[in-house]
Amino acid sequence: MSEAILEAPGSGAPETLANPVEQAISALKERFPEAVVDDPRDGYSGLVVPADKLTEVALALRDDLGFDYLSSVTGVDLIEDGKLEAVYHTYSIDKGGSAVVLHVQVDRDNPVIPSLVPVWPGADFQEREAWDLLGIQFDGHPDLRRILTWDGFHGHPLRKDWKEPFYEEDTKPFGSRWPAGGVLRAEELNPYGQNVQYPAGWVPTGDEYDVETEMYAITGADLAYSIDASQQMKTDKITVNLGPQHPSTHGVFRMVVQLDGETVVDLKPVMGYLHRNHEKIGERNTFLGNIPYTDRLDYLSPISNNLGYVLAVEKLLGSVVPERAEWIRILTVELTRIANHLWAIGFLLNDLGALQTPMLYFYIERELILDFFEALTGARMMNNYMRFGGVAYDLPDEIRGQATMEFLNELVHERLPRAIEQGDNLMTHNEIVRARSIGVGVLTRKESIAYSMAGPMLRASGVNYDVRKAEPYSYYEQLDFDIPVYYNGDVYDRYKVRMDELQQSLRIVRQVLPHLQATEGAPIIDGKPSYAIRTPQPGEAYGRVENPKGELGFYVTAKRRSSSPERYHVRAPSFINLTSLGKMCQGHKVADIVVILGSIDIVLGEVDR
Amino acid sequence: MTTSNTGAVAPGVTVPEELSNNVMITNIAKLLDPAYNWARRNSIWPMVFGLACCAIEMICTASSRYDLARFGMEVFRATPRQSDLMIISGTVTKKMVPTIVRLYNQMPEPRYVLSMGACASGGGPFKEGYNVVDGIDKFLPVDVYVPGCPPTPQALINGLIALQEKIDQQSIATAPWYRKDDPTAGLVPIPVLGPDLVDLRQLDTIKREAAKAMAEQKQMEEETAVSPKPPDTQSYEIDKDKQ
Amino acid sequence: MYGLGIVRGMAITFRNFVESYLDDIFWWGKGGRYYNDAALQVRQSLKGQGVVTVFYPEEKLSVPERFRFVPFLVTDDPGPGQKWGHDWCTSCGICAKVCPPQCIWIKRGTQPNGRPKPEPEQFFIDIDICMNCGLCAEFCPFDAIKMDHDYELASYDRTTAHIHDKERLSKPISYWREIAPKKAEAEAAARDFAESNKKKKKAKDGEGGDEPRLAEEKVRQLPYRGEYY
Ligand code: SF4
Ligand code: SF4
Ligand code: SF4
Repeated sequence: MSEAILEAPGSGAPETLANPVEQAISALKERFPEAVVDDPRDGYSGLVVPADKLTEVALALRDDLGFDYLSSVTGVDLIEDGKLEAVYHTYSIDKGGSAVVLHVQVDRDNPVIPSLVPVWPGADFQEREAWDLLGIQFDGHPDLRRILTWDGFHGHPLRKDWKEPFYEEDTKPFGSRWPAGGVLRAEELNPYGQNVQYPAGWVPTGDEYDVETEMYAITGADLAYSIDASQQMKTDKITVNLGPQHPSTHGVFRMVVQLDGETVVDLKPVMGYLHRNHEKIGERNTFLGNIPYTDRLDYLSPISNNLGYVLAVEKLLGSVVPERAEWIRILTVELTRIANHLWAIGFLLNDLGALQTPMLYFYIERELILDFFEALTGARMMNNYMRFGGVAYDLPDEIRGQATMEFLNELVHERLPRAIEQGDNLMTHNEIVRARSIGVGVLTRKESIAYSMAGPMLRASGVNYDVRKAEPYSYYEQLDFDIPVYYNGDVYDRYKVRMDELQQSLRIVRQVLPHLQATEGAPIIDGKPSYAIRTPQPGEAYGRVENPKGELGFYVTAKRRSSSPERYHVRAPSFINLTSLGKMCQGHKVADIVVILGSIDIVLGEVDR
Repeated sequence: MTTSNTGAVAPGVTVPEELSNNVMITNIAKLLDPAYNWARRNSIWPMVFGLACCAIEMICTASSRYDLARFGMEVFRATPRQSDLMIISGTVTKKMVPTIVRLYNQMPEPRYVLSMGACASGGGPFKEGYNVVDGIDKFLPVDVYVPGCPPTPQALINGLIALQEKIDQQSIATAPWYRKDDPTAGLVPIPVLGPDLVDLRQLDTIKREAAKAMAEQKQMEEETAVSPKPPDTQSYEIDKDKQ
Repeated sequence: MYGLGIVRGMAITFRNFVESYLDDIFWWGKGGRYYNDAALQVRQSLKGQGVVTVFYPEEKLSVPERFRFVPFLVTDDPGPGQKWGHDWCTSCGICAKVCPPQCIWIKRGTQPNGRPKPEPEQFFIDIDICMNCGLCAEFCPFDAIKMDHDYELASYDRTTAHIHDKERLSKPISYWREIAPKKAEAEAAARDFAESNKKKKKAKDGEGGDEPRLAEEKVRQLPYRGEYY
């Protein structure tokens, strides 16, 4: 893409007008001469914007050029240049296509960048994350606190000179494993015998961060009677804590809710209880070694995560994927989507209080899909299936005593449609479900774009945006399927979108099966797989896929001939979808919070990474 | 010669030779244990407590295909006060561990801990991460470890059966709970979050290490006239300002 | 009509309730529905209806050949009077390098003359770190490390039980043939194939030419369709 940009003259030849990205870039360069320039680095695309012009550029992109969707915000530590960089990916909802990428570089010792929250509220959590992990200060951010670690944590862990307690070497493989590897638990080297370290000379004073009180102070619960209480009943303002251990939070997630009686005034999500340092570990791992880690992001749809990551790295490596591998990829990814949505819908009803019944029905079907994955990849959940340039295994001979193609045909033609229809009958017209979910947690079209929502969240608010159509990857262009869109933006519509997506995924799988039959015996990987992959060129790559939860993006940068990523960032749909949780809950009752959260369909592995 | 066929001899009791085949000396615990253990092993109520990916397999174990109800364990309780078993199903992070310890302390005795998966047992694939606790056994007494990443539902059931077997071995007389003399005996001090996780039982070590580091730093300062501050302390101070 | 949706939902629940008994009746006189291999086979497949519960530990859900739990090392079948057979591992270190969480430790053996010996002296896998990803087995060029199917590893103590040393890891090849017959066979065929190719190449001295391919049903058992042979 970078070459194409270099060719495009600012004057705007007719061909360049065809590509909205080039068009927008040349328009920006015209509007901000000298300030905005092409990224000069090898293998990088997009623009370099000075920090003081960022807000203006963002406004121009959003309002005038149609790039109204801020997908990802992240930081990069350019330690060799003494700089910190923020990277923004913006897309056009209407035109689709690829991203206009903005790079903002600031001094490492004084990293101040204007916050984009006033332009895109969806930048909120992502900027907080960049502050937390890299120490980039976003000027004008309404609430710049740590988000994944805790207040008082020492240092910014994703900076390249920050070392964790169990630090061994900068990149894997570690030299101590072979040829003279005496087994050692890492604890044995640590003076505390645990995975901890403290700043030199730090002594505990006794007033360390108290998890309980700190959050309440932030929401500022000034106890007072409600101003607009009805005549009959006066209500108290109270602050209630849900989580991190709460059956409704789908994992370890915490919400501090400010209530006026039973009505939610404000809600602040607190996360990081499952922050597993995916990115820091990812920057140590070899490219190949990251694939099984991506399984553990959104652990309900591991194969889709694999796909997003290998797409990003394949861009760096320039691999070509053989035909059969592409079909298998689509097959597995769509089955993953079905398995995920079965889970999500089952859980939604659980959140409504229909304890377990629909969930149990759906899990039987999910187990059958997992049976297929187990026979194909070797594991029920952590599939570790995609490889750069293909997939790891060909289809198995048999699944539970049935020939593979026969199994798949029966699954997608008989078993799953029957189960989905049963679920549909069970829930869609159920009056209680409707009463509890229609009009609850509404997000308008405009808001959902501004909050960078993705996936079913976006499509339930009337935005027809799906990466599979907007920027098709794999063979999705050749497939015939629809994007379900609903317009009310409430919990019920999200449920409907998921229900319809189940049907669409089945439709896709049905189209894929004949191709699988036709390509029987064809190669499934490009070239000879190697465990020591090195990037031929330096550069950045952003691979995104439409995950069941929304747009999953992997931002990977690498140096020339490096064996592990220089920067590895995950644009996690669950995480960013949570940005709007507070907004959606306002004005609803406590019991609705659970349902609204359930309708986002979060997975904490991905939220906290 | 043998005093009793159960092998337990009450202190200070001698049985005449001629009666030794007719008298069984035992204690209440010996008689009650089978019944008591039988009741406990078949009604272990786990807590609804999912941490990470392993929790998904735990839910699958509880649902149709594997059906924990066969073991009397289907009653997943949402509150620690009503649960007997804490299945640590996933990665334990530093931010989460104070809550886990608090929950454990809130569980009534007898309480069991099952560590499910590589992460809970020893940090798992994320062990090297800065926010990961390398094994819940650093804080809680773990009864059963189930390896795997994730353990399949059958592996988890295998671990639960191992727990039942362990319960079968226990005796009321020697069990570590219901301690009247020291009711807080089983409680674990709740760790706090400082610049890193602070295990309160390690305060002395931390202070000692800090003193050592200070001494080293001083020595360094003497050796080199200008001593650059280590980056860690620097950024910590930035945070302090923000608070 | 208001309430119809609820009634419909209840009808579905009721149907499921009834169905859960239908199968019991069907298997009446055919050995019963539970603890019966034929019935289990149906219950775990797509045809399963009603109660699909697998009564572990009495019944076990079968695991496919590719199933992976923790790795083990392959050795020759021990000869008479021998405790272990010869290790297949040559301590080349590839698995230790490829392992994503770096949980393999290998101490390479040395010959009396100080040269490295193609046999590990020590081999450790910390199964508290292992993520069961299977990459070690995928990339081992000597088929010396494989993924085990034994998931019943619950233990009461992790300090002793969770670092698997060479003794604990080593299992004879006959075990692998037993748990993954097709894969083992395909791997053996691929090894023979590679061996004969090498000989042929030597004979022809790099003449090239059309090499015969390994039989399709063998190839598909191997990762990457055995592309690296
Ligand atoms: S052991 Fe594996 S599956 Fe379980 S929580 Fe850890 S990473 Fe996830
Ligand atoms: S890759 Fe295979 S042969 Fe090489 S050290 Fe590992 S197990 Fe041994
Ligand atoms: S299965 Fe994966 S994590 Fe485990 S030893 Fe092999 S390569 Fe390492």
